[in-house]
Amino acid sequence: MSTLSVRNLTVTLGAAVVVDGVSFDLEPGQRLGIIGESGSGKTVTALAVMGLLAPSLRATGQVLIGDRDLLAMTERQRCEVRGGTMAMVFQEPMTALNPTMRVGRQIAEAIRAHQRCTRAEARQRATELLARVEFTDPARQARSYPHQLSGGQRQRVMLAMAIACDPAVILADEPTTALDVTVQAQMLALMARLVTEENAALVLISHDLAVVSGMCERVMVMYGGHVVESGNTAQVLAAPRHPYTAGLLATSAAVSLDSDRTRLEVPYIPGQVPAVGSFPAGCPFRSRCDRATAECAVMPPIEAVGDHLAACHHPLGGPASPQIPASPQIPADLAESGKE
Amino acid sequence: MSALLQALRRLLILIASLFAASVLVFLVLAVLPGSPAQVILGTQATPASVAALTAKLGLDKPLWQQYADWVGGLLTGHLGISYISGQPIWAQLSAALQVTVPLILMGLAVGVLIAVPLGMISALRADRPSGALVSALSQVGIAIPTFVGGILLIIVFAVTVHLLPSGGFVTWQQSPVQAFRSLILPAIALGVVEGAILSRFVRASILEVLRSDYYRTARAKGLRPLQALRRHGTRNALIPVVTVFGLEMAGLIVGAIVVENVFTLPGVGTMLLQAVDNRDLLLVQDVVIGVSAVVLLLNFLVDLSYRLLDPRVGSRP
Repeated sequence: MSTLSVRNLTVTLGAAVVVDGVSFDLEPGQRLGIIGESGSGKTVTALAVMGLLAPSLRATGQVLIGDRDLLAMTERQRCEVRGGTMAMVFQEPMTALNPTMRVGRQIAEAIRAHQRCTRAEARQRATELLARVEFTDPARQARSYPHQLSGGQRQRVMLAMAIACDPAVILADEPTTALDVTVQAQMLALMARLVTEENAALVLISHDLAVVSGMCERVMVMYGGHVVESGNTAQVLAAPRHPYTAGLLATSAAVSLDSDRTRLEVPYIPGQVPAVGSFPAGCPFRSRCDRATAECAVMPPIEAVGDHLAACHHPLGGPASPQIPASPQIPADLAESGKE
Repeated sequence: MSALLQALRRLLILIASLFAASVLVFLVLAVLPGSPAQVILGTQATPASVAALTAKLGLDKPLWQQYADWVGGLLTGHLGISYISGQPIWAQLSAALQVTVPLILMGLAVGVLIAVPLGMISALRADRPSGALVSALSQVGIAIPTFVGGILLIIVFAVTVHLLPSGGFVTWQQSPVQAFRSLILPAIALGVVEGAILSRFVRASILEVLRSDYYRTARAKGLRPLQALRRHGTRNALIPVVTVFGLEMAGLIVGAIVVENVFTLPGVGTMLLQAVDNRDLLLVQDVVIGVSAVVLLLNFLVDLSYRLLDPRVGSRP
């Protein structure tokens, strides 16, 4: 039995499908990266797994923790899972922490939500947790308000909160995106260490291939609410099958020569991510894909292409479409440089 | 230390505002046409007797002298003698305050009792019809003028069911219960509008909390919705509400004047209107500056309260 097993998770907003049939399994200690541009549905997937979707969004499918389906639970039962079995780290540590509450208390609150203990014990535990996330003077810093801490410190407070009740699964949504480049690596190293110590499963959401390739043995590429490619990280990066993955890889490889990652992303994959609900029917990427044919009006199933899975009628390195000459394969050395 | 300095700065601003208000009130009343002595003595009075009374009231002195006398009196606790009744203004005012202060406090209580639950319900159910209904109700509450609401209340509770007095006031010394009863309807009339206005702000600030990242974090920790709202929302939601509350105090006092008139209560508002009618200018001056002082003082306290509510205030530039 997996620690976390997501089966055919679908999220809808009215008639629009925001996330379409996402499935994955995680064992203790495993790390899965979810990659995609903003609007690809990766954050919504994580929130649906946590059961924290906005009221207007509806999730169907199964989110199994052990043998219990989160989506079938009552709100009260879900509250026990949240922060207990399953914890989440959010992208923006400044706004994700309550500005009017001392950080020690915010951590203690996470403990007391799930464990019977006195206020003093929770405070003591919160201080210990701050020490675990490398605060140098935890007793004093526990009394700080979020605005008195640096961005990296705030995110480490979030991490301390996440591991407060020894969760089996940690979901981290762009945990380093809001941080200075200089502390990103440090943050990732800390997160890797804690996840290993806790023997927790990790779902790491990022738009940054380099982050995921360094942290996760498995990767899932999302576009337009669909999983378009998934598999062993090294294999996916070495030989991407879906044109979108290849595009992502090319941009991050090219951009890694430059200092600015996000600005240069758009010119490399032509067009923009459509708004939710306005993706083309069939393959969501076909409006931006130079290999698209009439066949792509039907969503391709995700199936084995080479050594991993991809959802494409005309996968790279596979049988090319008849009308269009095959795009040049991304050179392996370029793909490698995406890891740095 | 910086907290003390900030408070001191606020205090200086308060004093400057009070000074400006006193000058304004004094000048506005001083330039009004018609002399109080003339009004007091009636149209039959001789110019000589009018001049004599004007001198007796001190109204023949230069303006700055009149102003200095007035402010000096206020600062030493001498509000002066009413032009009309010849009684010390303080005695009249303290009797009226026994009506108005409880009226405003009760109105405030009614307002808060309406605003908080109404605002919470309409925020928590913002995307459901019941929430929209509550929102619409509060809009109606805002739209009803205080005097119309007051008259409606009189018709229903005093005329139709004889539950509560329709007006008048029995002093607290005579019968505390009766005094309280005679303030119930006025307080509701006063509180409903304020409550409706305040509920809009309670709703907006709770919605903001519900949409905030830190609320989501609290939910991700496993707190139940109301638990998360109570622990993380109260303080954050109070910050904007307290601001509006300070501004609304002025509205509450104006509302009290109207309500006292509708319910014929012998409060400060009634006293003020009569004083305006009778050109009892010193009394008007005293009441207006008193009301201004209360509003300014409350806003001063609101400013200070931010520091208690929001740790970010004043910690960094």
